[in-house]
Amino acid sequence: MQGGIKLRKIGVFVCWCGSNIAATVDVEQVVQEANKMSGVAYAADYQYMCSEIGQNMMKDAILKHNLDRVVIAACSPRMHEGTFRRAAEESGINPYLVEIANIREQCSWVHKDKKAGTEKAIALTRAAVAKVTLNTELIPGEIDVVKKALIIGGGIAGIQAALDIADAGYKVDIVEKTPSIGGRMAQLDKTFPTLDCSACILTPKMVDAARHPNITLHTYSEVEKISGYVGNFNVSIKKKARYVDMDKCTGCRICTEKCPSKKAKSEFEEGLKNRGAVYIPFAQAVPNVPVIDTDECIKLKTGKCGLCEKLCPSGAIDFNQKDEMITEEYGAIVVASGYDIIDLDKFGEYQYDHPDVITSLEFERITNAAGPTNGKFVRPSDGEKPKKVVFVQCVGSRDKTERGKSYCSKICCMYTAKHSMLIKEKYPDIEAYVFYIDVRTPGKNFDEFQRRAVEKYGVQYIKGMVGKIFPEGKKLMVHGVDTMSGETLVIDADMVVLAAATKAKSDAVDLKRKLNISTDINNFFTEAHPKLRPVETASAGIYLAGACQGPKDIPETVAQSSAAAAKVIGLLNKSKLVNNPCVSAVDESLCSGCLACTEMCPYDAISFKNIEIDDHGQKIKKVVADVNEALCHGCGGCTVTCRPGAIDLKGFTNKQILAEVDAICR
Amino acid sequence: MSLDSNIANKNEEFKPLIVAFCCNWCSYAGADLAGTSRLKYPANVKIIRVPCSCRVNLNFVLRAFQHGADGVVIAGCHPGDCHYSTGNYHTRRRFSLITNLTEYIGIEKERFKVDWISAAEGNKFATVMNDILEDVYKLGPNKKLRDARWKI
Amino acid sequence: MKKMKITPDKYENELLQIKKISSEMVNDCMQCGKCTAGCPATLEMDLLPHQIIRYLQLGQFHKVIESKTIWSCASCFTCAARCPRGVDLAKLMEAIRLISLRKKGNNRLNVEDVSQLMTDQKMPQQAIVSALRKYSK
Repeated sequence: MQGGIKLRKIGVFVCWCGSNIAATVDVEQVVQEANKMSGVAYAADYQYMCSEIGQNMMKDAILKHNLDRVVIAACSPRMHEGTFRRAAEESGINPYLVEIANIREQCSWVHKDKKAGTEKAIALTRAAVAKVTLNTELIPGEIDVVKKALIIGGGIAGIQAALDIADAGYKVDIVEKTPSIGGRMAQLDKTFPTLDCSACILTPKMVDAARHPNITLHTYSEVEKISGYVGNFNVSIKKKARYVDMDKCTGCRICTEKCPSKKAKSEFEEGLKNRGAVYIPFAQAVPNVPVIDTDECIKLKTGKCGLCEKLCPSGAIDFNQKDEMITEEYGAIVVASGYDIIDLDKFGEYQYDHPDVITSLEFERITNAAGPTNGKFVRPSDGEKPKKVVFVQCVGSRDKTERGKSYCSKICCMYTAKHSMLIKEKYPDIEAYVFYIDVRTPGKNFDEFQRRAVEKYGVQYIKGMVGKIFPEGKKLMVHGVDTMSGETLVIDADMVVLAAATKAKSDAVDLKRKLNISTDINNFFTEAHPKLRPVETASAGIYLAGACQGPKDIPETVAQSSAAAAKVIGLLNKSKLVNNPCVSAVDESLCSGCLACTEMCPYDAISFKNIEIDDHGQKIKKVVADVNEALCHGCGGCTVTCRPGAIDLKGFTNKQILAEVDAICR
Repeated sequence: MSLDSNIANKNEEFKPLIVAFCCNWCSYAGADLAGTSRLKYPANVKIIRVPCSCRVNLNFVLRAFQHGADGVVIAGCHPGDCHYSTGNYHTRRRFSLITNLTEYIGIEKERFKVDWISAAEGNKFATVMNDILEDVYKLGPNKKLRDARWKI
Repeated sequence: MKKMKITPDKYENELLQIKKISSEMVNDCMQCGKCTAGCPATLEMDLLPHQIIRYLQLGQFHKVIESKTIWSCASCFTCAARCPRGVDLAKLMEAIRLISLRKKGNNRLNVEDVSQLMTDQKMPQQAIVSALRKYSK
């Protein structure tokens, strides 16, 4: 029919979803009512519309009854909108002529009364039918993809993802805040459950990352600003001034040895050792180039000294260096920014201010052969070997009060078993006690690992918590309880190791704002779906890897990094990306050229253009708004800002939403 | 569960209608989570999906009231967390405009609500819906703004 | 040692009363033992604080009401301050004490015994007065 309004032939398919919908909604009644709705040519029901049989049934009905648009009354569109759109497309219907009425999550699952639930399901179906009547065919546009990935964070998560992406043939940049890549894993002594030397398995990967022709490291750098969208991210990176010329430096370390300012606490050594103002964080640092700390450097603060500059055989020290800002384009971003452990200031009962009460990370540094005590297990207070060591698990974890974190930090049970075994291996005469609430060892070979500590090494595991630690002379009196035997006990310990809870890094919120992704209440980044999409975020093109998404150990981190890398490779592999066609469009005859929409748009997707129109024979030049469809994300804010109502959002037009309102309020 | 029975006892004939505009990324997902968690809220709430809470025009709200809705809710992401970065700030500004207008024309302010519900807050979604229903029950049916051709 | 029978209905009223008086949920406790570990009064107790709450979780109210523990509790609130689940055990102890005291004929301190208590030079008079107020009807 040319010119006139084509009569709609809408097909309505109502799903039982087994008994998920059918138990509280009378599906057959919905079908009956649907048949009476204006524009509906065919209505049917089936147990599982999303199954192959269900989809085939829909496709057959479309062909048999010449349906031109479809309404599915089933589960949430967030579940299966894509499924049904694809099925419709296979039957020759434009995928945007499909609407979903959510009668499961928002109806059958929340209402017990069958009559009320059925009535609501009918209303929601009516709204979907009213909307789809006004749907128009939409064709998605295409976006180019920049074949380069950005990884924020240079720990094992970032390094693994970078190696995978680079091996696949794509260029990768790693941006790392600290002077060297390596992250937490570089600080560890041995890793569970294999008791591999952490540095020995990490450093080859660090060197690979540095040497790989496709990987560029930006260490001592931070991401400043991110704009753009998937396939075309525009990122500004601030490369902080090292005050050392990276091309000239040979890594000889004369400067770090001779630096007179030795008051700064080494972050890598968890504050157990001092470092100079000019320093390399650890021996195997990559890049092997020092950095000058502006707050500690005498020359940068007062103008005096400059000893390192004088002594440097390659003349690499350059006090005139400035921070550098660079901008790069990327197709995909992986966030691998890592974790911290909590501050223990709210846990006064554990006496963390006492030098012999240490956290698990400090313990790793002490037992590490390259650490502050050269691997000798001694008390920080007097350097003597301890006879009794007490480990306290769950310090701040599984804590619902404001003091701690409600979640389980996942790694502590395993690393405490590891710590106790490392001590017993080197010093069998030391007594080791572990106070725990539960022992959680779910991974491969994990439980056998922990039982070895108890059965082979004689580590005393006590199911109970520590109440308070009282320093008494050289000893630390640990007051605890063994809940299994029902006895309170006190141990005269020489050292106490606290398994402090893991927490998200303090700049996670800052980073999330720059990326426009979400974090949960604990400031860990939120994945798109906790079960089925653990490495993606809700924002296309941005992926997550490692402990920044939630507490996890190294095997899981590596698995997640490779998964994120796989997603990135899949994205960068495409020659073009198909974009969301639900974008804004301007009716130039109505547009007054006020450009209020351009101010509102969060993506700066609207600009203006000059056009010439024919107004009753007169040629008039006017300014109208112009939407960049590649940038438009389809939020629809401009449509409300528009005074004459000239701009509308395809897929969610004003008429469509008003039709839904009318249908619901009937 | 107690709310349902309370409401049923109070006024048998009055079946309020609440129209909720939910943003696709946060509050609609939150409503889905309320469903997945099998939380209960009365069936008088009917949800319309919009890409962002900033899509909701004043016209939609007035149309809903005009055609018989007793309450309207706009639910969006928390400020700072909008999927379109700044959309919900505009919603926030429009909220004060719409409440002023509706109050001026005589619609009680308890009938119109804007709230921020994240995708993880299924509980909050159910609570917000239950709360506005309770308020609307106390106020009775909306008679202030309606199509004069209807006989109510 | 006899096998304990778990009959949830037997002390349903008492357990509901405890919940009403204290507004604490006994099931929140994860039996970590931090309350017992920090309690200064465990010397005089037969059941340890975490065991009291365990017996309440298992519905064994009779064991709890007959224990010495609930009277040894000093209400110092160390347990409540340190509990990672936010369970106020001191409030629960008080609730159990109140239920015991409210039972018919339960005078924990008789007026006749006061003169005996006054002979103890170290016993503060304030303690006797407040104990009399609380423990007798």
